[in-house]
Amino acid sequence: MNVLLDNFALFREGFLGTISLTATSAVLALVLGVVIAGFRVSPVPPLRAFGAAWVTLLRNTPLVLLFLIAFFIVPMVLFPGMSTYLLGVLALGFYTSAFVCEAVRSGINTVAVGQAEAARSLGMTFGQTLSLIVLPQATRTVVAPMSSIMIALTKNSAIAGAFSVTELFGVQKDLSDMGYNIMVVFMWVALAYLVITFTISGLFRLLERRLEVAR
Amino acid sequence: MRLRQYGVVAAVATVLALTAACGTKKNPNSNDENAPDLPTYKVAENVDIDSPVLKAAQKRGKLVIGSKSDQPYLGFQDPGSKKYQGFDVEIAKMIAADLGFDPEKDIEWKTIDSSIRETAVSKGQVDLMIGTYTINDERKKQIDFAGPYYMAGQDLLVRKDEKDIKGPDSIKGKTVCSIKGSTPLRNITENKAKYGAKTVELGKYTDCVKQLIDGQVDAMTTDDAILKGYAAQQPAKLRVVGETFSDEPYGVGVKKGDKALRDAVSDAIEKHIESGDYKKAYEATLGLSGSEYVDPPKLDRY
Amino acid sequence: MSSVLYDVPGPKARARNRTLSIVGVAGLVGLIVWAFFRIESTGQLAPEMWEIFQYEGVSDRIVEGVIATLQAFVLAGVLSLLLGAALAVARLSDHLPVRWLATAFIELFRAVPLLITIFVIWQGFLTTEPMWALVLGLTFYNGAVQAEVLRAGILAVPRGQVEAAYAIGMRKSQVMLTIQIPQAVRAMLPTVVSQLVVTLKDTSLGYIIVYEELLFVGRQLAANYVINDDYPYVVVILVVGTIYVAMCMVLAWLAKWIEARGRRAKTGIKVAKAEPDVEADDALHTK
Repeated sequence: MNVLLDNFALFREGFLGTISLTATSAVLALVLGVVIAGFRVSPVPPLRAFGAAWVTLLRNTPLVLLFLIAFFIVPMVLFPGMSTYLLGVLALGFYTSAFVCEAVRSGINTVAVGQAEAARSLGMTFGQTLSLIVLPQATRTVVAPMSSIMIALTKNSAIAGAFSVTELFGVQKDLSDMGYNIMVVFMWVALAYLVITFTISGLFRLLERRLEVAR
Repeated sequence: MRLRQYGVVAAVATVLALTAACGTKKNPNSNDENAPDLPTYKVAENVDIDSPVLKAAQKRGKLVIGSKSDQPYLGFQDPGSKKYQGFDVEIAKMIAADLGFDPEKDIEWKTIDSSIRETAVSKGQVDLMIGTYTINDERKKQIDFAGPYYMAGQDLLVRKDEKDIKGPDSIKGKTVCSIKGSTPLRNITENKAKYGAKTVELGKYTDCVKQLIDGQVDAMTTDDAILKGYAAQQPAKLRVVGETFSDEPYGVGVKKGDKALRDAVSDAIEKHIESGDYKKAYEATLGLSGSEYVDPPKLDRY
Repeated sequence: MSSVLYDVPGPKARARNRTLSIVGVAGLVGLIVWAFFRIESTGQLAPEMWEIFQYEGVSDRIVEGVIATLQAFVLAGVLSLLLGAALAVARLSDHLPVRWLATAFIELFRAVPLLITIFVIWQGFLTTEPMWALVLGLTFYNGAVQAEVLRAGILAVPRGQVEAAYAIGMRKSQVMLTIQIPQAVRAMLPTVVSQLVVTLKDTSLGYIIVYEELLFVGRQLAANYVINDDYPYVVVILVVGTIYVAMCMVLAWLAKWIEARGRRAKTGIKVAKAEPDVEADDALHTK
C-alpha cells in the first residue's frame, strides 16, 4: 500500500494549495508590510503610532486567534459568504505583514545616513527619498530576513488547514483519519514542506547574489 | 515605551475586572422549567459480572466514561459547572446505574476526541465510550460494540426559514458545511456529480452552526442526532430537514473480548427501553428539536 | 524628533501634517465605529453576551486555561532551552556523525510546521497525554530554533578567548561550558526571550489536540453557551485575545529590558537585538 501513489491527487491538491496560499498571502504581506514600514518612519506622528500599534498587536497575537477573528468577526463586519480561502489569506497576510514591516524598517536603518541626507539636500520630499533612494538600497539587506519570513509563512499556512482551506496539513489529517500509518504520511508531508522551503531559500539566495553585485 | 507599559497594565486590569467579577449569574444551560423531566435511575446492587474491565472499575469505585463535550442535548459539557448532559449522557447514566454505579457520584467523565476513540477504549483510558459512536466493521477490528441504542443517519440542518432545501437531492449549488475529514462530508464531496453542492470544512460543529446562522453557509450535514441537538438548542432559528440518507447505528464502545461487559451493557439498554426511560430521556433532550421520537433499532448481540 | 529621512517640518509642512493627521485619525475612528456598529447590529456585543463571564465557574475555567497555557509554556520553554543548548553544541562537535545528526534534526523540525509535528506526536504516540504531545512538539521546534540562536552566539565569542582558554590548558568541554556558552547565552538572551514569546503564542495550537489551555477554554465558552439565540464568539475572542496579547507583551517587554541592560555592560560581544528581524527563525542571518 503506497500512501503517496494511492492518494496522489490528494497530495497534489494539498501541495498546490499550500503554494498558492503562501504566494497570495506573501503578496498581501509584502504590500502591507512595506506600507506600514513607511508609516513607521513617516513624519506624521499618528501614522507612526498606527504603525507601531499594528506591529505590536499583530506580533503578540497567536495566529490561531487571528484565524478565529478572520473567520467569525470579519464576515460579520464586511459581508457574509466570504470564501474561506480569502479569509485564510487575510489572517496569514496581516500576521506576516507585521514581520515584513519590522524587517523593512531595520533594512531602512542600515542604509547609510548620507544617502538620505543627500536626497534631502537635493530637495526631495519624504516620499521621494523613501521610494527612490532608501527603499531600493534597503532591499539588499532585507532579502535574507525576508527569506525566513516567507519560510515561516509557508509553515504557518498549515494552520489554515485546520480552518477548511485545502493544503498539506489537511492532507495529513485526512489520510490519518482514513487509517494510513501516521508516520509514513508524516514523512511524505514533511518532504513536501522541505521541498517548498528549500525552494524558497534557494530563490532568495539567488536574489541575494544578484543584488550583491550592485554593491 | 512608557505608553506601552501603561497599555499592558490597562489590559491586565480590564481582564481581571472581567474575569474576576462575582460569579453568580444564571446560566442558560441549566434546565429550564418547561422542559420535560429527565428520568431517574435506580442503582443496582451487588453487581457481579465476570468482566475484568468492570472489576477494575468496581475496585476504583468509579466508572470512567468517554463522552463528547460539544454536542448540545447529546454529549455536552457546561463550561462553568463542568457537568455533562444530553441524550448520550443519559444512556451512559442508565448503563452505569445498572452496573452498580451511582450516575451522579460514581461516574468519571472524560472528553474524548473522535479521532482517538478506538485508542482510548483499547488502551483502557475509558471503560465505556458513549458519544455518537457509529458501529462499523473497521472499528470492530479494534474494539467491541454493545447496542446499537440509536439509529442515526446523515441529515441536513438548515435555517428555519429555508425553503429550497428539502433533502439531499435539493442541495445543488448550495454551500454545505461539515467537520473536516468526516464521513458525511466525504459522502458529499465524493458524490459531487450526484449532489452538486459546494462544501466548507471546519474544525468544530459549532463553527458550522455559527456560519449557518450568520448566512455564511446554507446547510450543515452530519448525523441527525447531532443536528437535532443544535435544533433543540435553537428551535427558533434552526430545524432538521428529516430526510436521512445513510444509516449510522450508535453503539457503546467496550474493550475487545470483554463479552460479559458487552452483554451487560446491552441488557441495560434493553431494560431501559422497555421501562420507558429511554423515551423519556429522548423527549427531554433531542426531542426538544421538534423531531419525532422513533423506536430504537434492534440490539445486535454477537 | 530627528530623522534623516525628512527635514524638520516647517510651518507649511506642519499644517499639512496636521490636516493629514486629523483626516487619518478621523478615518480610522470612523472605520472602527463602523465596524463596531456592524458587529453591534448582530447582537454580539449585547450586555447579555458579556454576562457569560459572570456565570458560575466561568472565571475559574479561564484561570485554569491560563494556568494550563503557562504550564505547557514553562515546560516547553525549559525543555527547548536544554535541547537547544545540546543541539547547538552537537552541531559544533568535532565528530562528523554527531554534527550530521544534529543538523538533520534541526533542519527537519524547522522545516515542518509545528502544527503537524504536534498532531503527529499526539496521534502517533501520546494519544492519552495531550499536554506532553504539545510540550514535546513545542520543544522539538523551538529547541531547533534556539539551537541556531545559541550557535550564532557561540560563534560570536571572539576566537582569541577560545585560544586563550586552550592555551592555559582547558579541555574542550571546559572551554565550551565555562567560556563559550555563558557568553553566548548572555549575548543572545534577548533573542532567546523573543523566541520564548513565540513558544507562548504557539501553545495555542494545543486546542487542536484537545489540551485544555486558554484557547480551548475560550472555544468551549464560545460554543457551549447560547445567548439570545446566538453564540458569544465576539466577546470571548476579545477577552481571550486580550489575555494572550497581555501575556506576550509582558515577555516581549522583558526581552527589551534585558537588551537595554545588556547594552550598558561593556564586554567583548554585542548583545543581540530583542526583536530579531524576523520570527527568530534566523539567528543564522544575524551578521
